[in-house]
Amino acid sequence: MMEFLNFYVVPGIVTGSVYALGAIGITLIFGILRFGHFAHGDLATSGAYLALGATALLGLTPWAALPVAMVLTALLAYGIHRLFYRHLESRPKILTVIASLGIGMMLRSIVQVVWGVDPLAYGSGIARAQAFGPLMLRPREIATLALTLALVAALLAFLRYSKWGKAMRAMSDNPDLARLCGVDNDRVTRLTWFIVGALAAASGFCLGINTELTTMMGWSAMLSMFAAAVLGGVGRVEGAVVGGLVIGLAEELSVLLVPGPYKSATAFVILLAILLLRPQGIFKGKVL
Amino acid sequence: MASIGLINYATFMGTMIGIYAILALGLNVQWGVTGLFNAGIAGFFAVGAYLSALLTAPPSPERIMGWELPVAVGWLGAMAGAALIAWPIGRICLRFRSDYLAIATIGVAEVIRLVLRTEEMLSGGARGITGVPRPFGGLEYSLSQFAYFALVIAVLLLVYWALERQLAAPWGRMMKAIRDNEQAAAAMGKDIAKRRLEAFVLGAAVMGLAGALYVHFMRAITPEAIDPMISTFLVWIMLILGGSGNNRGAILGAVIVWLIWSMSEFVTDQLPADIATQAKYIRVFLIGLMLQLILRFRPEGLLPEESGQRTASLPPSPR
Repeated sequence: MMEFLNFYVVPGIVTGSVYALGAIGITLIFGILRFGHFAHGDLATSGAYLALGATALLGLTPWAALPVAMVLTALLAYGIHRLFYRHLESRPKILTVIASLGIGMMLRSIVQVVWGVDPLAYGSGIARAQAFGPLMLRPREIATLALTLALVAALLAFLRYSKWGKAMRAMSDNPDLARLCGVDNDRVTRLTWFIVGALAAASGFCLGINTELTTMMGWSAMLSMFAAAVLGGVGRVEGAVVGGLVIGLAEELSVLLVPGPYKSATAFVILLAILLLRPQGIFKGKVL
Repeated sequence: MASIGLINYATFMGTMIGIYAILALGLNVQWGVTGLFNAGIAGFFAVGAYLSALLTAPPSPERIMGWELPVAVGWLGAMAGAALIAWPIGRICLRFRSDYLAIATIGVAEVIRLVLRTEEMLSGGARGITGVPRPFGGLEYSLSQFAYFALVIAVLLLVYWALERQLAAPWGRMMKAIRDNEQAAAAMGKDIAKRRLEAFVLGAAVMGLAGALYVHFMRAITPEAIDPMISTFLVWIMLILGGSGNNRGAILGAVIVWLIWSMSEFVTDQLPADIATQAKYIRVFLIGLMLQLILRFRPEGLLPEESGQRTASLPPSPR
């Protein structure tokens, strides 16, 4: 039982948090801007490597470098929108989807040019697991869970109570109606990209600190993040969190049933099943 | 001697262009004519390549099949196999907007890659499948290369002719009607989901055929032989640059993009080794940028679709 908890459930929840942070970004873009953002995984990769750059250039510890990376990635996400997506806004959304696939490749190749393709790590310290009753948790795992919890709580409170959060929800529900009520769609779009970029950086950072940094890590995680967003219900933040945790756990537990290499196919199977059985997702999101 | 080398090189390039042109034609059925976003082209290509190889190669104790069937059977098998994989994916995803199809096809390509890397009985392990027969393979090297090049071009023309016929038929007009205005087409009593599925499966079969042509050209294949994202992406740029919805545009795009892509490889190969690896990624960055520029400045492509009133912007109803 303890083995089951420590070898499958704990890693599943940690991976699930990473997916949740990524899936929130995907679900916000899907819900508010109404397109599938296929550069999202590589945006997370960029954030993770920007944090690495901040540790090297500014001499920060990894966790102190995270806020820097979140700000930089937020600016990066907004810059991509301004340079590449914005002029496609009036055209069919699928063109932006295609563009984002290319943006993902561009981001990945920049990381590959600057940092090379060999795996890297934030630090070489060995993390000892501490016992909490039957649970063995490493400090970085506790920090990952705490960070996810804090970011999700802050985002939910922002969306529920603040003026701009309400504007974001309004635009998600009906952009034309929101504009009629005086919501500035351009500013909401900008805000969305800032939030999405910062969350993507946090997601990539947590993935990197719990495993290692590779240039393909974001691309490989993106399928799971999309599955999480659809599973939770497109446009639903709390759905993305639940979806992320379910996918993370399912991937870790899949090893008990199928050979290890097929772990990364779990999310795909869940995605097809949810599209077949309940396309609106657990929390009744949008179906585009 | 140099001139023979040059001719061999040109033949090789021509064959690759022909194979990519067939891929672009397959994508044109899905995207150009029907507005479906397939981001897993490499997956259908790989299925075709492996199936045709397994059907026609000599048996080996390290893997299954190896039935030494005629090459034509391999090609038909490749088309059927790719179509068979496309069918359930299309059934599930074509009810929704193309974003879902895109992520599902990325998933299919990943799963196919996983299976090929894991199941050594299927893919022959690290050595891959070797000894795949090539039509005219018994001839002297240059002649055999040239004969196969001619065969690929013949297949390309055949596919082009068949697709042109299909698109000129009521089926093609109906597909474009569905793409341009789904509601109107539905109101006219067209079974949209079924027609889309037909186009998706047909396009996938054409991609599978391209995979088969590739594997008989190379006479061997390993799971690492093709980079899934880069090859998928190249085909997309070929079609969008050439002109979505126009078969001749797809072929023209294949010629131009493949020439640019291999010329840039030629340039980076001349660089010193320590920056050559980085140059490889700069090439990838530049083709990504090229797509952004085409989407922004020339979305209709070099040879725009020629029909009636439709103007610049391409695909399906903007829902």
